[in-house]
Amino acid sequence: MSSDAWEVVIGMEVHAQPRTRSKMFCGCAIAPLNAAPNTYVCEVCLGLPGVLPVPNEAAVEAVLKTALALNCEIPRHTKFDRKNYMYPDLPKGYQISQYDLPMSVNGSIEVGERKVRIRRVHLEEDTGKLVHAGDKLHKAWESYVDLNRAGVPLMEIVSEPDIRSADEAREYAMELQAVLRAVGASDADMEKGQMRAEPNISIRRAGSEDLGVKTELKNINSFRALQRAIAFEVERQRQVLESGGTVVQETRGWSESEQRTFSQRSKELAEDYRYFPEPDIPPLELDRAWIEELRGALPELPSMRRARFVGHLSARDAALLAADRELADLYERAVERGAPAAAVAGWIINEVAPSGKLPSPENLAELVRLVSDGDITRDQGREVLIESVETGRTPAEIVAEHGYAQVSDESELRVLAEAVIDANPKAAADYRSGKKQAMQALMADLRKRAPQANPKLAMELLLKLLD
Amino acid sequence: MTSDDLTRLTIKDASRLLRLGSISAGDLVTAHMDRIERLDPKVKAYLRFTPELWEKQAEEADRRIREGNAPPLAGIPVAIKDVLCVRGVETTAGSQILRGFKPPYTATAVQRLFDAGAVMVGVTNCDEFAMGSSTENSGYFPTHNPWDLDRVPGGSSGGSAAAVASGQAIFSLGTDTGGSIRQPAALCGVVGMKPTYGRVSRYGLIAFASSLDQIGPFARSVDDAAVVLSLMSGLDPLDATSSERPGMEVLNNHGGGVRGMRLGLPREYHEVEGIEPRVKAAIDAALLVLQREGAEIVDVSLPHTDYGLAAYYIIAPAECSSNLARFDGVRYGLSAKDAPNITDEYMETRRKGFGTEVRRRVMLGTYALSSGYYDAYYLKAQKVRTLIKRDFDEAFKKCDAIVSATSPTVAFPIGSKTQDPLSMYLCDVLTLGGNLAGLPGISVPCGTSDGLPVGLQVLAPQWGENVALRVARAYEEASEMKALVADVV
Repeated sequence: MSSDAWEVVIGMEVHAQPRTRSKMFCGCAIAPLNAAPNTYVCEVCLGLPGVLPVPNEAAVEAVLKTALALNCEIPRHTKFDRKNYMYPDLPKGYQISQYDLPMSVNGSIEVGERKVRIRRVHLEEDTGKLVHAGDKLHKAWESYVDLNRAGVPLMEIVSEPDIRSADEAREYAMELQAVLRAVGASDADMEKGQMRAEPNISIRRAGSEDLGVKTELKNINSFRALQRAIAFEVERQRQVLESGGTVVQETRGWSESEQRTFSQRSKELAEDYRYFPEPDIPPLELDRAWIEELRGALPELPSMRRARFVGHLSARDAALLAADRELADLYERAVERGAPAAAVAGWIINEVAPSGKLPSPENLAELVRLVSDGDITRDQGREVLIESVETGRTPAEIVAEHGYAQVSDESELRVLAEAVIDANPKAAADYRSGKKQAMQALMADLRKRAPQANPKLAMELLLKLLD
Repeated sequence: MTSDDLTRLTIKDASRLLRLGSISAGDLVTAHMDRIERLDPKVKAYLRFTPELWEKQAEEADRRIREGNAPPLAGIPVAIKDVLCVRGVETTAGSQILRGFKPPYTATAVQRLFDAGAVMVGVTNCDEFAMGSSTENSGYFPTHNPWDLDRVPGGSSGGSAAAVASGQAIFSLGTDTGGSIRQPAALCGVVGMKPTYGRVSRYGLIAFASSLDQIGPFARSVDDAAVVLSLMSGLDPLDATSSERPGMEVLNNHGGGVRGMRLGLPREYHEVEGIEPRVKAAIDAALLVLQREGAEIVDVSLPHTDYGLAAYYIIAPAECSSNLARFDGVRYGLSAKDAPNITDEYMETRRKGFGTEVRRRVMLGTYALSSGYYDAYYLKAQKVRTLIKRDFDEAFKKCDAIVSATSPTVAFPIGSKTQDPLSMYLCDVLTLGGNLAGLPGISVPCGTSDGLPVGLQVLAPQWGENVALRVARAYEEASEMKALVADVV
């Protein structure tokens, strides 16, 4: 039976950490990644007796901005609830979350050609973490609790099961990241734990409307891991079903080192969380004027920007640029200054983005023009860019100082090409006998003799002379 | 005036003597310590004392009085219920599970009293986590009623009520979740007030049932209670349920008398099952006094009273089951450290640390919130709560305040109800409606039955503390039924 007969159904739960200075319900600062354990805590996030939670308005604002960017409805009434369970990383014995009246519902996001529906975006608090002495939990002889993360705000973005492949799930997560960053709601760095994706996966016979038994994946720390974990899990479920077995509803962990999923917790023993309204926080009646103000202040979203870019760029380049607000701004400003769009995009994606340092739009536009007009070579352009970013000087100044300027004079280049052919008789003979790759050796020699030679014109001359 | 006489003063009288220079804050606290030494071995109102605080606070009060800028409670001895956190002072909510716990923060309400110059004498006994109506559920020992040592002082704030009633503090703080201030005030013959929900910050109050808990004062006069309440009240950025309303409004015209006021008498309260004839007679007599003062007594009805007790005993345990989950032995308090794994550690810690009544309510609440039972219990109880609020809304269309007995009975013998939780729960039948509806209520002494005090309860609409205080004060003045200090024999 071929795997074509199966349809993959994926819903995503994404947790993102709102960009706030303090925790969700107390004044503690958010701990940096390498902070010593239990140094960013107070009586509130430690769950000492008698203390009370006071909601962080900045976290609410981050959720609202995200919800508005995801086209969600913002209900008039929302409230916090307690999710009760006991675990040593949960100081109060309950997590403050939102159950039946989340802050926002019924949104959507475009992922490639597909519209993925967003069921809800709500706000909750993170738990602490356990550090086990020993290699594995079941062999640990001691466990320690670090509550630095306890009470850090988290927004949970829940999609409908509208995603149909591992690649699409990855695109969905990247798109969400781009939106969160564009509206300034979260830094959403997966490696730093500011964004976590938990896919729910099931497969079903193509054409079927029924949902299969799903598994939920955890421990996913990158977009790549997300794609691989889902691909692995889809294949595992297919093998189970095709060999006549049944998929067990459970939570499975992704092991990065083994590149496989493993069973963590069966949902048959699912805990009863005994949700009830958090009595320490009055229900929120969100100010409609505030919501409209936030809506009005939303920046252009990546999807809208991408749509604008696509007229001038390939879909891939448009998506890459639109996903990063700073790079997209740089692109637009450089193009406004008259540099050719596709070339600017290429320079940003291949040179600027990997370096992590941004040139000014003016300097980038000038550089791209110098290369496009053939005044300097691409290699020279790279050097000029680096120097320009470091010193802030304009590319024209740098080119003048180094005496970079491409030689495009045909008579000069002809002399050069003849010298190259004379010096490399074997390569010339090879080329003439049909070994086209011999041209590379000739061009390499030519570049060595005259780095500033216009490579396009020089190659044309070589070809002409060899024919 | 002898030293012992200083322990019978009201805040108002003590403040006058302090300002006149007739006595010092040091004299006042010493007089109290002498009396405590003599009487508390019998009454057992206190769990522990705070000499390091009272020495410093009395000295500071005397200094400010000398300088002529004494704050309103300068030098006045206060006792604090064991559920209110005081920085550096062992605070245990009457429970073994918190033995040795010293909070690094002070409850907002207590801090405001300290800022007003009060001198803390000690920590008073209470039912464990404020769950009970007799103080017999204390994880340490029961407190005795100063008027009859074989009887209970009421609860859960029994220690705070007994301390004021026996001259061991001029005023005290309690908490009221279903009647835990008003009922012991009635049984000990002092004034006790539960404010509107949200009036006083709950920050630093070890929670029993968050949507019902309020902090309030015990005092020897209505005026004293009013002043203390006004000083504790007002917005606290650390409590999202605290109100912005100014604390001073509780004093608005509270001495204005009852002429022209309509006082509602709910028949469901006045004829509640189990009300003792002498209690009823004392209330009838009090109503005559109020009528004589110009109030009109009108019949009102609170038709869902019968369901209130059931709703209360679902909502309060549900919230407590969640509030008490943090006592897991991991971070503070009692810990079964030798348990082989975390689940056993939880179970062993909680089995050892919690008493029977607390365990009963945690189990009741856990059950009521469980999937499959939530709708039938918790949700239904919330609906009843809404109906009870509506009952009060309707009643307050016909009257300015509601009057009734505070407790259907006078103080009962120690041990007489401990084997029958349901009969203990019935102690709160006239008070818990005020908690479910979030209303302010006060209990004032209104005579005795066989030498045991009876309390008159006045309930007012939300934020109407001044109305309740006005009725209580008019009665107090007209009846000359002052709170008395028991001699304790």
